[in-house]
Amino acid sequence: MSPTGETDGPARAEEPAGAAATSRRAPTVADFTTGNAVGWCPGCGDHAILSTLRGLLPALGVPPENTVVVSGIGCSSRMPYYLDTYGIHSIHGRAPSFATGISINRPDLSVWVITGDGDALSIGGNHLIHALRRNVNLKILLFNNHIYGLTKGQFSPASKVGTVSPSSPHGSLDNPFNPIALALGAGATFVARTLDGDRRHLTATLTAAAAHKGAALVEIRQGCPTFSPIPRQARDAGANPAAADPASPELGPIRLSPGLPIVFGPNDQWGIIRDPSTGELAVGNGGDARVVVHDPGTQNSTYAYALSRLGETALAEAPIGVYRSVSQPSFDQLFQERLATARPGGRGELRSLLTGADSWVVAG
Amino acid sequence: MPTEQLPERPDGVRRLENVVIRFAGDSGDGMQLTGDRFGAQAAAVGNDVATLPNYPAEIRAPSGTVAGVSSYQLHIADHDITTPGDQPDVLIAMNPAALRANVTELRPGGVIILDTDAFTVMGLEKAGYDVDPLTDGSLDAYQTFAVNLTEFASAAVADHNLKRKDAARTKNMYALGLVSWMFSQSIDDTIEYLRKRFAAKPDVMNANIAALRAGWYYGETTEAFANVYEVKPAPLPAGTYRHMKGNKGIAYGLVAAAHQAGMPLFLGAYPITPASEVLHELSVLASNDVRSFQAEDEIAAIGAAIGGSYAGMLGVTVTSGPGMALKSEAIGLAVIMELPLVIVNVQRGGPSTGLPTKTEQSDLLQALYGRHGEAPLPVIATRSPADGFDSAMEAARIALAYRTPVILLSDSYIANGSEPWRVPELDELPDIGIELATEPNAVDEAGNPVFLPYARDPATLARPLAIPGTPGLTHRIGGLEKADLTGAVSYDPDNHDLMIRTRQSKIDGVDVPLLEVDDPSGPPGSGADVLVIGWGSTWGPIGAACRQVRAQGLKVAQAHLRHLAPLPANLASLLSEYHTVLVPEMNLGQLAGHLRRETLIDTVGYNQTRGMPFRVSELASVITRVIQGIADDDTPEKAVGAKVVGDVTARLAAAKSGGTA
Ligand code: SF4
Repeated sequence: MSPTGETDGPARAEEPAGAAATSRRAPTVADFTTGNAVGWCPGCGDHAILSTLRGLLPALGVPPENTVVVSGIGCSSRMPYYLDTYGIHSIHGRAPSFATGISINRPDLSVWVITGDGDALSIGGNHLIHALRRNVNLKILLFNNHIYGLTKGQFSPASKVGTVSPSSPHGSLDNPFNPIALALGAGATFVARTLDGDRRHLTATLTAAAAHKGAALVEIRQGCPTFSPIPRQARDAGANPAAADPASPELGPIRLSPGLPIVFGPNDQWGIIRDPSTGELAVGNGGDARVVVHDPGTQNSTYAYALSRLGETALAEAPIGVYRSVSQPSFDQLFQERLATARPGGRGELRSLLTGADSWVVAG
Repeated sequence: MPTEQLPERPDGVRRLENVVIRFAGDSGDGMQLTGDRFGAQAAAVGNDVATLPNYPAEIRAPSGTVAGVSSYQLHIADHDITTPGDQPDVLIAMNPAALRANVTELRPGGVIILDTDAFTVMGLEKAGYDVDPLTDGSLDAYQTFAVNLTEFASAAVADHNLKRKDAARTKNMYALGLVSWMFSQSIDDTIEYLRKRFAAKPDVMNANIAALRAGWYYGETTEAFANVYEVKPAPLPAGTYRHMKGNKGIAYGLVAAAHQAGMPLFLGAYPITPASEVLHELSVLASNDVRSFQAEDEIAAIGAAIGGSYAGMLGVTVTSGPGMALKSEAIGLAVIMELPLVIVNVQRGGPSTGLPTKTEQSDLLQALYGRHGEAPLPVIATRSPADGFDSAMEAARIALAYRTPVILLSDSYIANGSEPWRVPELDELPDIGIELATEPNAVDEAGNPVFLPYARDPATLARPLAIPGTPGLTHRIGGLEKADLTGAVSYDPDNHDLMIRTRQSKIDGVDVPLLEVDDPSGPPGSGADVLVIGWGSTWGPIGAACRQVRAQGLKVAQAHLRHLAPLPANLASLLSEYHTVLVPEMNLGQLAGHLRRETLIDTVGYNQTRGMPFRVSELASVITRVIQGIADDDTPEKAVGAKVVGDVTARLAAAKSGGTA
């Protein structure tokens, strides 16, 4: 089953009093909820993300009318229809470009981009890296289900090598992108990874992203029960005493907390240690003095990058949490400052612009 | 020397009605600047001026070769002119390659000024000359002035601390000084210009000024030049004028449109020849609340512009053909979302990379139909550099009033060409502001106020625009088909059919002025038998050709389309009044096909795709042949010598039999 044939109801004001009411009192979940029937498959991770967003957005203190949700194409990109904000369900891969045009012109708006692994990493890869490098003030939520859902299950640029799908019946051949590593490589100032099914972690991560000034990339590992289910695993990387080794998938992803050593597994028996001579990260003993204390504020992103790559070497998947959160001026801020300095006394006079310095007068 | 010579003035200065001058040299010789300055000087004395820059696509073609020649042609006149002229009367050639590339186009009897410094054995060889044209008699048909411009210029700037090479580079200013003297032009404005341009480099500034002055005095003191000429001011309507290039005119039109709409202008663009200059022009206008954003690619450029429109800006994107191809999906999105957007396509030779620096009109069908699905939008075309301003304002007016993307077509010839432009008074400019939605516009069944983003204005079929930040009007738009009124996603077959027809009707109903015909011999049906109709940059050559034909005592009518979609309502009835409708185009007949589809009237095409504008003389002779063909009962196709595609087969066959014979 795929989410075609959904019937979206009319775009209507939910409250009898309409607009005025929503902007004066504190916004509620209902203010961010449209009457549209949600069209995702039962059990899809997108439901959980939607419900988290509906709970989270009112708490941010930005009224619905100052919130804009822009998406591309794919299952996740239906999100704007379910959030009663301003929004654009745009074209495949290009959401960051529309969002950029909105955000840099309107610093009063909170602009969110909803995208998936196909949308953001394949057709839209260029826009993603440039939005990140510019540090446009966008909250980019990349729902990563490692598959093309809307077009019925083809392998995506996030699928593991060997993924069997309708377009790769003998297994896919291409190396996947690691979205965290890609975002770090593009110079993203806020990079985080979280899970659809862990509402607390998801809420905390998205709240941190919302508070960040500049581009925030949040990879949300999203289950697609229809085409790409996530194997059963513990909610918490310490909770499964049956896990035999640090790379067992049953363990679930390990969690990063700023200021705390990265230890995990039953009784925190394992830890991420840094080789002081190479700077490389590896899994070691939880009690080792070399266990890394997580610091997402490090300017140099080498550490965060090494962390993101652990899912391909020592662990079953990359850790979750905030990998990098550093402060740099946003493109929006620089863009607005430049406009402001260019016209200290208000808008320039049109007639003098048109006349220029090299005109001449022909008498009648 | 010029085509039409007026009686000599008592002081020996010969008056000319008009003259065509071409500066030609190596890409690095500064010919574009030289031509531009000469045009500005002529404009400042009140001449009508039309210009045609021509430069190689490669930034650094091998120096001294024909491939590396850059030129700048100017037509200056004491009357209203619309083209840069067919044939130069004066050629300034800075090296042998420039001579070789341009001399065949010079009018017999015309003047050549050349820099002998470059006529070395190597220079001649690079240009492909086996024998020196200065000595083999091949220039006998012209008045040739061989001057060592480089040496004289270097000597003139000897006191200014320049390296030898830099000193030699002032030769273009020396040449400009000489030609300015020859045409009785003051060089004061150019001195002023050089002062500003090189304010940071006093040595370079002083050297250039010295070279310019030295060139002027060389003309004054040497006996070599027999004649001094003068072109009197053209009688222009009263007003303030400035020298306007097409790209700049479009940029200024967009700025004025945003001003008159009370919105900030937001440009999303990606660099592409020959449209980048619009991006450059707008990038310096932050003080006029112009926001320009250089995106990572063509798609992001239009994406950002659409985002800007949604956020309440006047969204604009500027590109050329290949960029248009990349933007087409996003244009479709703007069509279905019904957002205002101006898309400027400065056309160049295609397909693909084609001829990036040359002109062509071959993107008309792309503009009209180049999107998937039924995706109608208004298309308008600029006809000349000075028209860029008005046509950009018109594009913005339609985009805003009808909430639609509008394609504005220009081309490389207009983009780089220039002519005097009358600066409008602000109160002459139309108010094109629109009202944004601030309140719900309906109630639901329960009586609650709701906002229907796809309810329509009954007159224009435009939908209400509510921008983010407006309380109570939150709504989502996107690429999926919308339900009528609510804008919710709808897969209903009848709704899709209704929405397609509604979007088409909206565009069909755009208010477009009626088409006017210029025919001094009488109104349509009682004047000329032949109507010449065009669009875009052929306006100048067609108009000039028609005037030439009329000067021979023949009757011909001219009409020019600014609006290509929708077409003026009186178009079909007008065309049907003529025996023959001739459509000259720099493509293989795109307007002709469009006219046939929309009016069921067959026209006669005259087509060329050489990357250069039509010559007036060529068009005049085609028009004359068509008129005479009617008298002789020839088919019009025969009269224009229409090249059909089959021609190619014949050419290949001829080449083959020639090869085997
Ligand atoms: S992501 Fe998978 S489960 Fe979710 S809606 Fe798409 S196909 Fe269904």
